[in-house]
Amino acid sequence: MTIMAGPEDVKAAPVDKGAWATTVRAVDAIWAKPLAAVESVGEHLVLFGQSMFWLFRRPFRPMIFVEAMQFVGVESLLIVTLIGTFVGMVFSLQLVSAMRQFGAEAFVGATLGIALTRELAPVFTSIVVAARAGAGMATELGSMRITEQIDALSTLAVNPVQYLVTPRVVATTLMAPLLTMLFICVGMFGGYAVAVWLLDVDRGLFLERARWIVDSSDLIQGMTKATIFGCALSVISCAQGYNASGGAKGVGIGTTRAVVGSFVTILILDYFLTDIILVLQNK
Amino acid sequence: MNPDEDVSQKSDKFQLRIRGIKKSFGTHQVLRGVDLDVERGKINIIIGGSGQGKSVLMKHLMGLLKPDSGHIWVDGVDVVGMNDVQLNKTRLKFGMSFQYSALFDSLTVEENVAFPLKEHTGKHAEEIRGLVREKLESLGLRNIESKYPAELSGGMRKRVGLARALVLAPEILLYDEPTTGLDPVATKNVDDMIRDISKDTNVTSVVISHDMASTFRIADRISMLYGGVIVQTGTADEIRRTTNPVLREFVEVSGAVKMEPPGSVRDADERTDAGS
Repeated sequence: MTIMAGPEDVKAAPVDKGAWATTVRAVDAIWAKPLAAVESVGEHLVLFGQSMFWLFRRPFRPMIFVEAMQFVGVESLLIVTLIGTFVGMVFSLQLVSAMRQFGAEAFVGATLGIALTRELAPVFTSIVVAARAGAGMATELGSMRITEQIDALSTLAVNPVQYLVTPRVVATTLMAPLLTMLFICVGMFGGYAVAVWLLDVDRGLFLERARWIVDSSDLIQGMTKATIFGCALSVISCAQGYNASGGAKGVGIGTTRAVVGSFVTILILDYFLTDIILVLQNK
Repeated sequence: MNPDEDVSQKSDKFQLRIRGIKKSFGTHQVLRGVDLDVERGKINIIIGGSGQGKSVLMKHLMGLLKPDSGHIWVDGVDVVGMNDVQLNKTRLKFGMSFQYSALFDSLTVEENVAFPLKEHTGKHAEEIRGLVREKLESLGLRNIESKYPAELSGGMRKRVGLARALVLAPEILLYDEPTTGLDPVATKNVDDMIRDISKDTNVTSVVISHDMASTFRIADRISMLYGGVIVQTGTADEIRRTTNPVLREFVEVSGAVKMEPPGSVRDADERTDAGS
């Protein structure tokens, strides 16, 4: 016997449809954030691609690159020197205190050297650059966006990505490893000063063990990381400023996102880059 | 508009031709199929209320926004499908005066006006300085070359923005709300300036405005954007006699223009599908 759908069944249909719509809305809501995150990553990659495309197209404006390098590099010298020195000093203080317990203070210089070149210098330097130069880039580009100065560049037949984003990305990518080198030098000096001059660690052992353990592969690891961090933080900062909207509040939100996004990205990238580099080194 | 005409061909009369431009932001459709012809060497004014999409339409003309569909021909060349490199070449035909001037605030007045010359000409610094001074003086600006935009009044900033837009002698000049925020005397000065520039340089002017007094004072051709479409295009006299109720109300409510009894002369471009 075939059961035909009666009027009751027809009336029941909208209830099912409502339940389906609610389910779809709930799934959409759950997926909204991951999708937005993927979209955001895509936007950043597109901006990076555009900035590289315009790097190799005329007109070339060397003075803008020099200005950007001065802003990112030269103007960060003091803060990087200061932070590098104190990071080296405090790390040395902790190492001597911990290693003395089992008579291994001879390895303080070596441990400090490894930690600085592989991790502390690239991560700290990039965080300092993100906080100082990255926030500055996001604010500057954001305020240019909301006052239509970026549109004005386009109307004057000047590509705004080529004029504003490319020099900042290139300058930060080049300056981050150089500042990291400076960080390593002043960090080692700070650590040496605390260990040798204040805590009576043997000078010869400190230097000799550091020279023995730390080699060029550690330096390459640190420089590679700093280059990638510099590129990532500049793209994030420029993207947040370049795509800012909603007036002064929008610029503030963009700057906050630039700094927080850069910090998080640097630390996440650090883990995966370390993993990849260690696997490659151990092959 | 003649539906049989091939608008993709270069026309002696019309420099810009727009057909079927649609643009949405999210679920909100701002432009629903804009058709518009911009007459060469004349002052073409697009009027419409706030939020009707006038600035969005203007940004499409220079390729600052890409439409969802439709075409824009500049001297017979469709700019909609162009990439950034091609657009940059086409943009050299344009100059744009922004509502809030959009001067580069880190540069002085002289550097702002010199910017397009430095970017697109091989002229020497001295020659550029002379051209900048000449352009500023032609707009009544003297001894402000070393000032920064923040040190200028709104009217002066507008004129510096205009000097920057004019310094490369564009063929098409776009003005986004040129009289917004100005007092009546400054408004009249800007109107006179637009008129004089049009007369002296024979530039094609496209003005976005909701200032009816200014519009009827200087326009050669007026188009109204309403509901995402151009509802009517005509001369000031034709608009005064329009039968379109939306357009009549918009102009009458301003109190700045006296309308005439409807229907005596009808423009060929008139469309009656307002808001459709």
